[in-house]
Amino acid sequence: MFEQIAFYLFSILTIGLFLVTVLSNNILYAMTSLASGMVLIAGFFFLSGADFLGVVQLIVYVGAVMALYAFGMMFFDVTKVVKENNTSNVLVFVFGVSIALLMVAMFAAPISPEVIFASVPPEPNATNPEAVGMVLFTKYLVPFEVAAVMLLIAMIGGIILAGKKMDKSLTKTEDENIIQKDVK
Amino acid sequence: MDALVIGTIIKVVLVLLVVSALAGFGTYIERKVLAFMQRRLGPAHVGPFGLLQIAADGIKLFTKEDIIPQNANKFIFSLAPVITAATAFIALSAVPLFPTFIIPESLPLIGGAIVPSVIADVNIGILFVLGMMAAGLYGPLLAGMAQANKWGILGSARTAIQFLSYEVVTGLSVLAPIMLVGSLSLIDFNNAQIGGVGSWIIWQQPIAFVLFLIAGFAETNRTPFDLLEHEAEIISGYVTEYSGLRWGMFFIGEYSNMFTISILAAVIFCGGYGDIGFIPGWLALLLKVVFFFFLMLWVRASWPHIRPDQLMWLCWKVLMPLAVINIVITGIVVMI
Repeated sequence: MFEQIAFYLFSILTIGLFLVTVLSNNILYAMTSLASGMVLIAGFFFLSGADFLGVVQLIVYVGAVMALYAFGMMFFDVTKVVKENNTSNVLVFVFGVSIALLMVAMFAAPISPEVIFASVPPEPNATNPEAVGMVLFTKYLVPFEVAAVMLLIAMIGGIILAGKKMDKSLTKTEDENIIQKDVK
Repeated sequence: MDALVIGTIIKVVLVLLVVSALAGFGTYIERKVLAFMQRRLGPAHVGPFGLLQIAADGIKLFTKEDIIPQNANKFIFSLAPVITAATAFIALSAVPLFPTFIIPESLPLIGGAIVPSVIADVNIGILFVLGMMAAGLYGPLLAGMAQANKWGILGSARTAIQFLSYEVVTGLSVLAPIMLVGSLSLIDFNNAQIGGVGSWIIWQQPIAFVLFLIAGFAETNRTPFDLLEHEAEIISGYVTEYSGLRWGMFFIGEYSNMFTISILAAVIFCGGYGDIGFIPGWLALLLKVVFFFFLMLWVRASWPHIRPDQLMWLCWKVLMPLAVINIVITGIVVMI
């Protein structure tokens, strides 16, 4: 009974929060509802017994959305409403509805329960992290390694792009010595 | 109803009340200890040894006018303190606090209820607690951004910096003990060190212990790293515009996070609630938690604040490489 109540509660809250994310003009509301929606999705993992994945969802998205907040802080006045200049409401409607239809078709396709089965059934006695590890390092080893290499490439790219003049500290430089190029 | 459900509800209420009250008591201890270290008296006028100062502060907090600034985003402004306090308590729900016990049948209404030692017994306790405490930083972040105040914005910018600095160190420092024990459950950690002082993980992982403590100080905004509300630089950072009970909720959240970090340090590295010689387990855990709490105050009295760029330098250029080297060595040793 608790599971069902929790499931419907989480569902309503998640959908509502993501609606706020999409529809709100206020950057603070959009970000906050995005973050709390992501946290609530972790609840679904906990409900289906995948504790480890739930906590990973929590940790990863809390950090990721925190970085988004930093950008929001730098680009917008967060207490004011953002003016959106969308040129065509028709275009927004067409794209939105077609993407929604596509998603519904994709997830509703295996509608009969016989089609759904676990391709890698979990070990009966394994704990959560063990079960994830088994699948990740046997069947999905190649995608896992490819993802690791991609992250490495992204990290090296980030260091090269941001790493110019890293040997000079702006904090320790006197104000007069900082050359302002953009001032006209 | 189920005996376990009733017991869990009792435990939840107990933890909520006791930890909230301890937060008040913590402020008193902090002021007394700091005063002692700085050769002052500290609170001395209200009641014996100034003990009633807690009650006086509580009354002041509850009756103070609740001010919301004019241009602030009112909803987010009132939501932020709740996030800090709530996540701090949710994090506590996966921490083992006392041994499991059964309420005697003779009591009316709640007789026979089983009060569990952990409220939510998830088998990945450490990750859950750390993740929830990380989510707690949304409180300061939102508070600073919602209050339409320059100091607040600076405070929340610093929150983001602090989060991006220490988070990696926290994760990597607990990874080495996790590799040794082979489990993410706090109860397994406790059972792995049951053989007395010699079997504590701190002897095998001294570097990880120090790294965890440093990251824990950053996580709870304790002094060497309390950039978010650095009084001398940014007034009060994210709490500048808060008053009364909303401010009090930030405070309760911060103090219960301090308790959580103390309990985590005791359970992961220092034997948890295992017996030490003639000292029973529950008293041993309590003593360790009190010691770590005292350590936080001690550090606060001894060290100056550091700058945000120094924190980032420390975390990414010193602590993270150390943690990675520690993990590699631990991995080689475990494999051999």
